Amino acid sequence: MYAQLVKSSGKGVKSLEEMDPQERAFQQRIDAGDKIEPKDWMPDGYRKNLIRQIGQHAHSEIVGQLPEGNWITRAPTLERKAILLAKVQDEAGHGLYLYCAAETLGVTRDELFEMLNNGKMKYSSIFNYPTLTWADMGAVGWLVDGAAIMNQVPLQRTSYGPYARAMIRICKEESFHQRQGFDIMMKMANGSEAQKKMAQDALNRFWFPSLMMFGPSDKESVHSAQSMAWKIKMNTNDELRQKFVDQTAPQAEYLGLTVPDETLRWNEEKGGYDFAEPDWNEFFDVIKGNGPCNTDRLNARRKAWDEGAWVREAMLAHAEKKRAAKLAAE
Amino acid sequence: MSKEWPLWEVFIRGQHGLSHRHVGSLHAPDAEMAIKNARDVYTRRNEGVSIWVVEAERIAASSPGDKGPFYDPANSKVYRHPTFFDIPDEIGAM
Repeated sequence: MYAQLVKSSGKGVKSLEEMDPQERAFQQRIDAGDKIEPKDWMPDGYRKNLIRQIGQHAHSEIVGQLPEGNWITRAPTLERKAILLAKVQDEAGHGLYLYCAAETLGVTRDELFEMLNNGKMKYSSIFNYPTLTWADMGAVGWLVDGAAIMNQVPLQRTSYGPYARAMIRICKEESFHQRQGFDIMMKMANGSEAQKKMAQDALNRFWFPSLMMFGPSDKESVHSAQSMAWKIKMNTNDELRQKFVDQTAPQAEYLGLTVPDETLRWNEEKGGYDFAEPDWNEFFDVIKGNGPCNTDRLNARRKAWDEGAWVREAMLAHAEKKRAAKLAAE
Repeated sequence: MSKEWPLWEVFIRGQHGLSHRHVGSLHAPDAEMAIKNARDVYTRRNEGVSIWVVEAERIAASSPGDKGPFYDPANSKVYRHPTFFDIPDEIGAM
C-alpha cells in the first residue's frame, strides 16, 4: 500500500544452490526468522529494495499530511480540530521513524528528500486525490488508514530489524487514526440528509483509490516473489486487498452507506467478498504524475523544503557558535 | 551547501523505574533541540519520564562479525547459572 510499486533490479528468486556462500547464509538467517541489523552483511539488492520501499513508505507518511492538513483550520469543532492535529502530527512522526530506518541502510535524509522532491522516488497514489469535504477526513481515516494498517501489521515481522521496529511503533499509534475516521463517518452517516449524502460521496470517491493502495495484482511479478523471499513483503497485494474488502464491506453496511461497486457480494464458497478491480489505467496514470493533486503535493513539499533551508542552516550555525563559545570558556 | 543536522540516538526511561532504553533516532542541530524533538517524536503518549540523547557517531559498537569469538566462551560455563546445582528438595527454596 504505502509502497505500491517498488521496482527492484532482481532477476527472480535464486535457489539456495545458486547462491554464493555469503548469500546462502544470509537467506538461511532470514528463513530461520533472524532479524538483519544495519551492520550485518546483506546483498546489494536487499539493501536497494529496502531503501526504495522504506523511502516510499516514509514519503507517503509525510505527503499524507497534506490532504488532512487541508482541514485543520476548518474542522467543525475544537475537539475535532485537536484530534486532527494530533493525527497529522502522528503522520509526521511515522515519517521520521521510517526515514531513520532507511538511513541505517546508508542513504542520507537529504538524499531521500531530494529524491522525493525531484520525483525519483514515489509516494502512495492515494495522496494525489483531493479532500473536498469534512466527510473526507472520515473516509481517509476509516479507509486509507484501514488499508495502511492491513499492510503494516504483517510488516512488524519483516526481516530488517530497524524497519520492523518502526512498524511496531507505527501500528501502536495507527489504530487511533482509523477509529477517529470511523467515528466521523458514524456521526455523518447518522446526521442530517445533507451529512449522510456527504458521507456517501466521500465513500464513493475513496473506495477504489483505497483498493489501489495495495498495488496491482502481483501474480506475475518476479520482484514481488524476491521481496517475499527476503521477508520485506509478507503477503501478496491481492491477499491484502481481499482482507481489506472483507473487513470494510460490513462496516459500510453498518454505517448504512453503499459501497460503489454493484458486483460486491459475499461468496460463501471462498469465504470472502467478490468485488470489482479498480481501474488500473487510472492507477498507473496517477503514479506517473497525472492524478488530480500530484502537482500540488510536490509543490507543497518543495516549497517547505526550500523555504525551510535558512532555518536549517541558521540552527546549525547557532549550535556551532554555542559549541565554540562553550569550548572557549572551558 | 547541504549540511545535514547530526543524527542522535534517543533513550527513554519508561514510567516504572526501568533503565533507559533505546527507542530510535532523529536529526537535530544540538543536544537541546535533540531532547525537544525526542519529546515530540517519541513521547506523544506518555511513553517516558526521562530522555537521554547521544550523538550517533559517539557510540562505539561491537561488530557483528565478532559474534562468535565474543560470546561463545560463555556457552561452556554453565555453572554460572543457578540451575547447574542440584539442591535437595528438603532444603526448600534457595
